[in-house]
Amino acid sequence: MTGSERDGRGSDGGGEDEGVRADGGDPFASVGGNIERKQRLGRVFVGICFASTLVGIVALVALIGDVLYEAWGWVTLDFLTYPPSRFIENYYPGGRGAGIYPALVGSILLIALTAVFTMFIGVGAAIYLEEYAAESRLKSFIEANIANLAGVPSIVYGLLGLAVFVRAVGFGESLLAGALTLTLLILPIVIVSAQEALRAVPDSQREAAYGVGATDWEVVRDVVLPAALPGIMTGTILSLSRAIGETAPLIMVGAATSMFVAPVREVGGVPVPDLFGSFAAMPMQIFDWARLPEAEFQHVAAAGIVVLLTVLLLMNVTAILIRNKYETR
Amino acid sequence: MPEKQPTADEPHTANEPHAANEPRRAHEPHAANEPRPAHEPRRAHEPRRAHEPTATEPIRTDGGRVTEATPSIQEIPEADTVIESKDLTVHYGDVQALQPVNVRLPEREVTAIIGPSGCGKSTFLRCLNRMNDMVDAARVGGELRFRGKNVYDGDVDPVALRRRVGMVFQKPNPFPKSIYDNVAYGLKIQGFDGDMDARVEEALRGAALWNEVSDQLDSSGLALSGGQQQRLCIARAIAPDPEVILMDEPASALDPVATAKVEDLIDELAEQYTVVIVTHNMQQAARISDKTAVFLTGGKLVEFGDTDRIFENPENQRVEDYITGKFG
Repeated sequence: MTGSERDGRGSDGGGEDEGVRADGGDPFASVGGNIERKQRLGRVFVGICFASTLVGIVALVALIGDVLYEAWGWVTLDFLTYPPSRFIENYYPGGRGAGIYPALVGSILLIALTAVFTMFIGVGAAIYLEEYAAESRLKSFIEANIANLAGVPSIVYGLLGLAVFVRAVGFGESLLAGALTLTLLILPIVIVSAQEALRAVPDSQREAAYGVGATDWEVVRDVVLPAALPGIMTGTILSLSRAIGETAPLIMVGAATSMFVAPVREVGGVPVPDLFGSFAAMPMQIFDWARLPEAEFQHVAAAGIVVLLTVLLLMNVTAILIRNKYETR
Repeated sequence: MPEKQPTADEPHTANEPHAANEPRRAHEPHAANEPRPAHEPRRAHEPRRAHEPTATEPIRTDGGRVTEATPSIQEIPEADTVIESKDLTVHYGDVQALQPVNVRLPEREVTAIIGPSGCGKSTFLRCLNRMNDMVDAARVGGELRFRGKNVYDGDVDPVALRRRVGMVFQKPNPFPKSIYDNVAYGLKIQGFDGDMDARVEEALRGAALWNEVSDQLDSSGLALSGGQQQRLCIARAIAPDPEVILMDEPASALDPVATAKVEDLIDELAEQYTVVIVTHNMQQAARISDKTAVFLTGGKLVEFGDTDRIFENPENQRVEDYITGKFG
């Protein structure tokens, strides 16, 4: 308590005893309110929060560790480049070769198509709602519905896709029907996140453009969209990485469980996606392998999961890179 | 602040903000028809203030009564008027933000709009280029004439209006683009197809920024200091060569040095443009403006006239109280 000692000396020497305690005791002794007890309570709270964080991390590490352990040695170049097989021998290294190739290509094409659809529809809807629609009951109603749609189970979207795209529109059990169904599934999330990105563009930027005589369209094109694009992109990519793991809607629209060719057609020597052909997707393929009776197919399924997670990870890394690139500007 | 004894030869210039605190000198003899003191730099070379003497003969716009009557618009001759408001009102929802405003803003002069927070001065400014259109709840009544044309008529596109009436905002808001692109943006969207480089340079010189940025036109506008950013925004506003420049507290986010630079710049701009500036800083209004409009709480334009007169001899008691710091 050097502070209070100094106070004591000061008052002794100088005689300025006004307002200075000369007893040399703890100047905070009289501060009430159980501070110590509250601080202890605070530390307990931090401990609980930290434990909660651990649960998530431990579960994730355990999951990835288990999958990697199961898949060790099964993810080979052949696994990435050969179609699946019903015979486990074909998956062994040095065997005839079997793997995930059609499903891998199917999933990537599916997500690419979904990305195109969601970017246009989702961003278009978000721009309309944020930049043009006047505040009204209708707008609030639409926004509330979009938020609710984000919570609808994916199997329901599968049924919708089956009824609309596969049957009514007549796309059949095709890549296009699958992509459109996934688009519907993630559209609400994309719209909401794009709206947030647009809302985050400061009004001062819009005013700056209006101030020099820009039209609404020029303001959106030159100022709002460029500023919101990183946010829109990250939101969209994160939604797409949810879509790539979806199985239920794909079951409904009839993704094939054992496709032996990728959904690609040669047109004049150039491979193009076969939009109206049937397709396989990784989650379906993994599900199919996991159902097979031979125990060793669990390793094949694990290998499939590793490939799926890798694609997912790459997508998320892309999202983070995009965000960092534009945020540091 | 101790009161100074006014002396006969002491000029009551805009450079003396404390003048407002001195006793009122209703009809000071020296002010009457004397030439302006020579040490006022900008006024020495001011050809644009042709109708100057009105400053010294305050026109009793409210008949001498200290009332809340809206000041008459007669003070500015119609020929010199760029913008004229006739019973202009603004409602935000059910709240009336602006009581009927009647005022004429003179060409190529600096008109300052002062008043306490929430008095409607920014609302009025944003009527001048229809920036209030962006606020869903805002309703504008009455007329606002730009060169005689009511800009709230159905056939006026606010985009066209804003190309004649530029704006500079409270916080510097350059686009996240290069300095060059910031200045060129207005010209680009207006379809300018002449010598862009020359116009950009001209605008940057006009905004007293050229010497500081001429070698870094490709670097981001956001990399500049706050004061430079605000001058960049001024360059952006003047590049398309509007007639009127509106400024909404353009120096309130700047440090004193940057503020001084912007104030000097406003002075120069007034040689070419009509400048309307909202400020909550009364010294600033006194320093830079030719005309002053005082709004008081309730969205009422209480007094309008020559800056010197308003600050030395306001007609309205509440204006005097506000200017001398008794409230607001």
